[in-house]
Amino acid sequence: MSDAVTRFAERFEHDAGTLPGSGVPAQDAVRRSALDAFTTLGFPKPRDEDWKYTRVAAIEKQDFSAAPPGTISRAQVAPLLLPETLNAHQLVFVDGRFSADLSRRKAVPRGAVLSDLASVLKSEGDDAATLLAHGETHRHAFTALNTAFAAGGVLLRLDEGVDLGAPLHLLFLASGEADTVAHPRILIECAPGARAIVIEHYVALGECAYFNNVVTRATLGGGAALEHYKLQREAPTAFHVSTLNVQQDETSRFVSHSVSLGAALSRHDINIALNAPGASCILNGLYVAHGRQHVDYHTRVDHIAPACTSAEDYRGVLAGRARGVFNGRVYVHRDAQKSDASQSNRNLLLSRDAEIDTKPQLEIHADDVKCSHGATVGQLDEKMVFYLRSRGIDEAAARALLTYGFARDMADRMSITALREVVAQALLERLPQGEKLRSLLS
Amino acid sequence: MSKTILKIKNLHASVDGKEILTGIDLVVKAGEVHALMGPNGSGKSTLAHVLAGRPGYVVSAGEVLYKGRDLLALAPEERACEGVFLAFQYPVEIPGVNNTYFLKAALNALRRHRGEEELDAVTFMKLVRNKLKVLHLDEALMKRAVNEGFSGGEKKRNEIFQMAILEPTLAILDETDSGLDIDALKDVAEGVNSLRSAERAMLVVTHYQRMLEYIVPDRVHVLSKGRIVKSGGRELALTLEEQGYGWLEVEPASA
Repeated sequence: MSDAVTRFAERFEHDAGTLPGSGVPAQDAVRRSALDAFTTLGFPKPRDEDWKYTRVAAIEKQDFSAAPPGTISRAQVAPLLLPETLNAHQLVFVDGRFSADLSRRKAVPRGAVLSDLASVLKSEGDDAATLLAHGETHRHAFTALNTAFAAGGVLLRLDEGVDLGAPLHLLFLASGEADTVAHPRILIECAPGARAIVIEHYVALGECAYFNNVVTRATLGGGAALEHYKLQREAPTAFHVSTLNVQQDETSRFVSHSVSLGAALSRHDINIALNAPGASCILNGLYVAHGRQHVDYHTRVDHIAPACTSAEDYRGVLAGRARGVFNGRVYVHRDAQKSDASQSNRNLLLSRDAEIDTKPQLEIHADDVKCSHGATVGQLDEKMVFYLRSRGIDEAAARALLTYGFARDMADRMSITALREVVAQALLERLPQGEKLRSLLS
Repeated sequence: MSKTILKIKNLHASVDGKEILTGIDLVVKAGEVHALMGPNGSGKSTLAHVLAGRPGYVVSAGEVLYKGRDLLALAPEERACEGVFLAFQYPVEIPGVNNTYFLKAALNALRRHRGEEELDAVTFMKLVRNKLKVLHLDEALMKRAVNEGFSGGEKKRNEIFQMAILEPTLAILDETDSGLDIDALKDVAEGVNSLRSAERAMLVVTHYQRMLEYIVPDRVHVLSKGRIVKSGGRELALTLEEQGYGWLEVEPASA
């Protein structure tokens, strides 16, 4: 057992009694078994194919513990909330802990359950153990850690045909407490025909080394529709590891918009299982990194049943000495005839020292399928640069504008205008010539 | 006597090591509209791009004077700021860059260059609305990304619309008529004609004389193999329409 693993194991012995649902035998058993799985697996090593380009040694080095209860004011939270006009359900978490005070809850429709996970674990006894249990626990070290330690999160459960109506905004704030770790667990269950929009939003109020280890799981019944947003704006010193698992039944529709802007190291696993005919998913992603940031997207789409559709479009902008990783795996199973899978990963490298490792990985075991993939790494389209310059815009501004446009184009696909603006502003803060852009775009 | 806007002397230019322009001589004065005709591959569009400063076009001999200054020494954006405008044959789609911001940035770059105050969003939009009407363009286009998803006709109208906003001294129209139906062609011509003035010069590059029925040129030049082989009045365009380019003993339009 490495030192880091030992530390987490010791921390578990220390904290287990304080975790929500502690003392409930079935829950304790799930957590204990997850910890065992973690100690067996250990942290991923570069020799693990899935972690070849992403080293987690920096996470291992740190001695993380759960944060003490933070004091965040409503005034600090207000600018980060969605506009009142959206009437969104807004749940706020500070260092992973649910804060009823800071949240803005709205009445949910009949047939909908929206609860903070800690309360559910405390009140539902043995039945809630299934909420903790996770199929990936014995394969994925970070999921195992999350299962062992999850103390905050959300359960959204929609009965057949129920439309949540307003978006659900989950705001995870890092208070700036150093060396803290949180293991948010987000569970979304859509019965057949149910519909929801869920936004995971990670923001830092202070700069320090902290670690967010997120697990999100969604199940979509027949004809259900889920639009999932993730906005990762962690502190530049933070670590963010997340796994999103989605199980889709027939003709269900899943849309993901994942934007990764912050963190020293972020890793996003997105696993979609198209289990029944006619299910479809759209995965859009944008990552922007500079300095020495490292960002990694690993997607896996399993076409298990016939006539399912998947469309992936990931874009990256890398500057400074930043490093990006994209690994897009599409697995078309033997019975998944008439599958339609497309994948695109386009990257702009703004400096000589920036780097991207992009790898499409198509495994096709059915014979009647339509699959395409493409990855590009490069600079801006010179035809576009000339077009802008021919209108009087100087070259530096033209390049800045086109870089912004390349990224902004992904934000424009989001159906919630307020989020497009959040992303646009965040882009201006991060892209080269942001100030110049701001004046051009005002 | 009106001012000379453009003076091209013995211009040679090549692309990818292949000489396309083999000695162009041309003088365009303020207030004049010159049509540049010729078969495909004769160098019409190359000349348009060389004048606008497109990278990759190498001038090996000759000179281009714009208002008496060496045009070729200027960067593309400097040419634009000095009043040179190219309406592209194939306007570029720029996803993620909003048409309004783009055009406002362009106009304000020109205004800064001229020492004028930049326009704020409100004044700019007022200007935009007036000019949109002339070209029968929907204001909704301004909210979209530059040329993205525009029809062929919309792209060409958008070029002339930009020209109307930027008010160049030398406007170069590169096959603006190609791919336009008759209604769009009339709108575009109307937009161009409304910009004709005693201070402005225009170079209209076209393969067919159709557009010249609506934008009546003062002079017509025929290009062949990178040189002007014949110049004349408006009637030259009509002759070309009737007889094709063959009678000039030039290469037939093959490329």
